[in-house]
This record gives sequence, C-alpha cells and structure tokens, in this order.
Amino acid sequence: MQISSVLEDGSYIISIDGDVDASSSIKLDEAIAQAVADGQSDILINCENLNYISSAGLGVFMSYIEELKAKNIRMVLFGLSERVENVFKVLGLDQLLNIVETKDQAKQRTHE
Amino acid sequence: MLASSGIIRFTIASAIVCWLGLCLVDLMIGFEIRNANVELGVPRFLSIILLTGYIVSLFYHYKYRLATADNFNFVELLWRVFVTGLIATIVSVFIQFFLSFVVSGSKLAQHELLLSLLYHINIGLILAFVISTFLVWKKLVLYQKTKALLRTWQVFEYSFLASLLFHFVPHVRFDLPFSLIFAFLVALGLVISPNLKWIAFLNFKQKWKSILLILLILLYLCYFLFYLLDQKDNELLISDLTSHVSVLAIYTFIILYAISSLLVTLFNLPTTSVFEQKLEEVVNFQRLSQSTHTGQNQDEIYDLLLESSMSATFANAAWFELNHKTNGEGMITKSIKPADIEKIRAALKEQNPKKSKRTGVTSRVSNQNSTLVENIKHSYFKSVLVYPLEVQNEKIGTMVLLKEVSDGFNNDVVNIVNTFGNQAAVSIENHRLLQSAIENERYLEELSIAKRVHESLLPSTLECNEYFDITAYSKPADEVGGDYYDTHRISEDKFALIIGDVSGKGTSAAFNMSQMKGVFHSLAQIDMDPQEFLVKANEALGRCLERTSFITLSYFILDTREKSVMFSRAGHCPSLYFQQSKSKLEFLKSKGLGLGIIRNQEYSNYVEVNRFNIGTGDLLVMYTDGITEAKNPMGEEFGYERLKQVVSDNINKSAVEIQKAIVQGLLDFTQVGEIEDDFTTMILKFR
Repeated sequence: MQISSVLEDGSYIISIDGDVDASSSIKLDEAIAQAVADGQSDILINCENLNYISSAGLGVFMSYIEELKAKNIRMVLFGLSERVENVFKVLGLDQLLNIVETKDQAKQRTHE
Repeated sequence: MLASSGIIRFTIASAIVCWLGLCLVDLMIGFEIRNANVELGVPRFLSIILLTGYIVSLFYHYKYRLATADNFNFVELLWRVFVTGLIATIVSVFIQFFLSFVVSGSKLAQHELLLSLLYHINIGLILAFVISTFLVWKKLVLYQKTKALLRTWQVFEYSFLASLLFHFVPHVRFDLPFSLIFAFLVALGLVISPNLKWIAFLNFKQKWKSILLILLILLYLCYFLFYLLDQKDNELLISDLTSHVSVLAIYTFIILYAISSLLVTLFNLPTTSVFEQKLEEVVNFQRLSQSTHTGQNQDEIYDLLLESSMSATFANAAWFELNHKTNGEGMITKSIKPADIEKIRAALKEQNPKKSKRTGVTSRVSNQNSTLVENIKHSYFKSVLVYPLEVQNEKIGTMVLLKEVSDGFNNDVVNIVNTFGNQAAVSIENHRLLQSAIENERYLEELSIAKRVHESLLPSTLECNEYFDITAYSKPADEVGGDYYDTHRISEDKFALIIGDVSGKGTSAAFNMSQMKGVFHSLAQIDMDPQEFLVKANEALGRCLERTSFITLSYFILDTREKSVMFSRAGHCPSLYFQQSKSKLEFLKSKGLGLGIIRNQEYSNYVEVNRFNIGTGDLLVMYTDGITEAKNPMGEEFGYERLKQVVSDNINKSAVEIQKAIVQGLLDFTQVGEIEDDFTTMILKFR
C-alpha cells in the first residue's frame, strides 16, 4: 500500500493506494496524525485506489472521530468503491464520517 | 579364547614355574660338572627349554598387561619401567652387598650352590626388566603408527620370538650364525628406533621428567650389562645371557631406543613452548566451537574469546566491550585499569584518521571489517590490536589486545585472532538461534493454551426449545480468533442470541472476545431490549478496548410464545432472514454502529430496535464478515449475493444441512484450505 499526502489548491489530500490491512494501517495512522499535527483544518482522503480495508484500517478512521470533532477539523472521504463504501456503511461509520463521491464534492464540503 | 586377565595370571604362574625349574635344573647340571663322579642325567636342553619358557611367559605377560592399560600417558609408562628397574637393581645390589660384605671370606661365599641361586635370581630380574622395557618401548614406538611401521614391528617381534629357537642348536658366542641373527635383529631395531612421535606430545615439565627417567633406566641397563659380562665366563652358572642372541639383541635395541629418546627429548626441549602454544590454540578453538553445546551464555563466549586471543598472541592486557546500541552494556577487562582504557581509546582516536594501517590479512580470511594493528603512544603499552566482532554483519563488540612492546602483533597472530573471532561469532550466532528456537517453542506452547481457553469461551451447547432448531460453526484463522456467538435462555419462552466479531485477529482479539462474553452473560440475564443492551455493552466495553479496536455484533431476543423477534445491529454484517409465508429471503437492514466507536452516551442515537413476527419454516442466518470477505485466488470476495444464493439453494433443508452447504460453498469458492479471517455462522430454523 502507498500513502501520499499533497496540498492541492489549498486542500490537504491523503491518497491511499492499495489495501489497508493490519500492517499498512499504521502508515495511514501516521499520515492522518501528521496532517493533524500540521494544523490542517480540512483533511481529504482520496479512496479512489483503495481496494480493500480491514477492521484495523476502519479502526484508524474510527480513532480520529472524537479528536477531529474536538479540534474542529473536517475529514472528508471521497472516491470509495461500492464495496469499500459498504464496509463503512455496515459498521455505521457513514453516520460519523463525511463520505462523498468525487473530489469536487469533497472540496465543496470543506468549504461549506 | 582366554580373557586377558586370565592370560596375565597364567603367564605369571608359568614364568614362576619356569624360573624355579630353571634354577633347579641349572643347579643340578652345575653339580654334575663340579662332581665328575655324580651322574644325575639331566639333559642340557631342558635348561634351554625352561629359559625360553620363562622368556616367552614374561613376554606375553607384559604384552597383555600393557594392552589392558589403554589410557596411558608417556611419563607414566616410563615411570613403570623405572620402578621395575629400580626394584631389580635394588635386589641385585643387595645380593652383591650380601656377597661382598656379609658372607665374604666365609665358606659360604665360595659355595657354588648359593652363588648359582643368587645368579638365577639376578637373571630372572634382569629378564623381567628387559622384557617389560621392550614392550613399553613397543607402545612408544607404535604411537600414531602407520601400517608400514606396524608391519616392521611385527617382523621384529616375530623374529625375536623365532630367534629363541636358535639356542637349541649348539653354538658359540659370536660365531657366524649367531652374528648374522644378532646383526639382523639389531638392524631392524635401528630401523624402528627413529619412531619417537610421542616426544612431541610431552609438555616442558613432562620432557624433563622423561629425560630423568630415561637416564636412570640407562643407568640400570649399564649396571646389568656389566654384571652379566662379569659373570659370562663362569661356566658353572650354565645359563649365560650374553651368549643368548635374542636377549642380547633386544638388550641392544632397548639401549639404542633409550639413547635416541634421550637425545631427541633433549633437543626438543627448546621448541616445546611453541608446540604447547599450538596445542592450546587448538584446544581453545575447540572450546569456542563447542561452547554452544555446553550451554554457555554469550558472556562466557566473549570471555573465552578474550582469553584464547590473549594466550595466542601473548598479549599483556586486553579488554572486550560490547556494542552498546545492540546489547546494553558489557565490558570484560584483563590486566588493565579503566583509566588506561580511556587513555588508549583517546590515543587510538587521535591516531586513526591519520595513519590507520589496515592489515591485508583480514580481508583474505573473511569479508569482515578488518582488524586494526598499530603502535600507540602510551606510557606502558606500545602496540595494539583492535578486532571488531561481527555476527551476521552486525558489529556486536570490539576486542582490544595490548602489548608492552611495539610491533607486537604480526600477521600470523592476526590470522589466529581472526580465526578465534570467526568461531566466536559462529558460536554466538548458534547461541542466538538456539535461544530464539526455545522462545518460539514457548510461544507455541502459550498459543496452544490460548487456543484451549478460546475454545472454552464458545458455548458447547446452544439453548433451544421445541419451536426451533439452532446450530453454529466457528473457525478461527489462527490458533485463537475474535468471533463470538452464544445463547442465553431468559425465561421459558425467551432467548437471547448473540453473534459478534472483535476487530483484529489472534490473541488480542480473543482477549477482547472474552470480555464480550462477560458482558453478554451479565446483561442478558436482565431482560432488557436489544437497543438498551447495545448501549450498556458499548459503555462497558468502551472502557477496556484499545483506541483502534471495536466490536460489531447482532443481538436478538426471540420469544417463542409470542412468535416474535426483536433485534439490534451494532455495525455487524446484516443477518439473512427467510420468511416462509412470503417465500422471501432478505438481509435484515437496520441502522447501527459498532461498539467502541463512540464511547459516550451519544451512542444510543446510532442504533435502533427492529421487531418482526416469525412463523413455521422461517430461517435466520447469522454470520461474521469472515464469510462475506473471504477471497478466491482471483481476489474476488465471496460477498453477500453468493451467501444469499447458497442459502436460497438449500432453503428447505435443516439448519445443520444449510450450515454445511455454506461452509462447503465457501471452501469451494476460495479453493484453498485456509480462510484468512475467522469465520462463524449461527443458523436458526423455526419448526
């Protein structure tokens, strides 16, 4: 799995490429922690190339929910495949995270 | 075949009998010669037979006695010879003393019978001494024998035994046949004499002892020779050893070998220390290579390396320090003060960048970091050797050897240190491998305990009554898993059912699962609705789950009197429900959120209670995501639709048969024996 973080038109985007399993979830955790430490107010997660996410990966997103809320940081996930989105939905994380279809929608969401 | 102890006893007995017989016969023959008028009729050859018998008996006696002593050392062997000689000499000297002083001048001193008897005692002792020495020499000669040497020796030995027969032929001392036989045996003895390998294996002290013992043995041999020569012309004594070719030949051989041993030992004295040094190196090397087997720990290996290297290089002082990064602290010092260590370190640091002289030797011995050899400016130590100890390309420590002279470490010495170092590295590596193997074994043992505990966490029987059948199947991916299912009978008609999945796999998941079981059995007893159950469970588990862990579960309350089901879903994959009356198979969709995701009161907003009625033939299939997320070799997931299809195809079968169909369908799909995640199903069918 590859993780890359870029600043694009003022939006901080973390792109995930590949599978997020127990071992690679650590890299995802580090990337989000870095974004939070940098003081970003909006974090976009590009899931266009996210193939599979394990419970450990879901655990990473889950563990930031309360912290982001407290620091008033918005995190938006976009580009999820149907299968990956269903995993979030089954667990109920769709109720707590912002999940949109496209990057534009995600940028829009952060500017609301 | 007689046992060797039997032979030893028999030969000593026959030797004594022969000797007594010889005395008697010789006395009688002597008596005949002195008194011409007396005719005893004792044939001369009887004396020769008895003497030969005595020699042969002694020969075999010592041969077997020495053969039984397998673990000998050379000095001990020489000591034996020395003691035998000492006893023989003391007795002989005593006899001489007795003749010269006690009975001299008296009639007794001239008495032929007495003289003859004393002479026979003497030759008995001399022969015993000569033959035992001969056989000890044999042992020394044949040390590290070759096939050729063994053959030569056998020829020598058999020629000696054969030459005994020569005496039955009348002869004069040193006539032609006598001289030929004597020359042949002595020539063979000369060929054999240079075999002195044993001397090389003596240490300095042993060599001195050997020299002393051999000198004394030579002294006895000379003394006896003079005695025999002195007595040779006395016709009345009958058995003259000096005209006995065999005895004379081996007597000569013994003296030759003793002299050559003495000289070689003497000339070997100065080089002994070098040989000892080499031997010690071999022993140290062996100790290093065997240290793993003898269960020594790493510190002992370092110590052994340091000691071996010091003694091999004649270093005056040394220390060994472990690389702090990997091994914590550890320092072994020999004959050096910490203050000096600091000084030398500083001196090395100062000199190193400018003129570090890397030896070419080391790169040839191994591809390791090279050993450093140089002279240093220090008040006491003038040269230093620095050896980095590496195990699997990781530097684990440094050994520093010091000498009081400059240019103290030559290439040979560096080679030896390298060899020791390499062996120590191998030993340490073996030690580590052994250690990790033991740890692994312990880990497996712990896992098998965890497995037993885990199995005991899942119920052995499921609660049910006459209105429904229930079955469950669970298989962890590792020894232990995080899937959980259970039932609880709240009242006669009311049942609580649970299926859950702890995030992650393995031991930590199983640990959380056991907490889940505790929560279920505490809360299920209180008849609360499923939503309330989830809220309470979330509160309880939220306190003990790790930050990134969560639990998903579905909780059902089944009432067989009212024929109803209430359920709540905490982020668990939706269960499959088949309604017989409508022939409809569908996933039970409902709002829900995994336990532990929100760890406060807000949680209740994210879950809901659902209620539906049930009838005969209805089916409820509960499962975990290990089934829907199982992948085939192409990377496709089993998914919800395939699960639904399998259930649909088997809808009229019993709960157990449907379960079998699901497990079989899953295995057929994945095509591999193993499924990566834990997977579980619990199936309930109403009658």
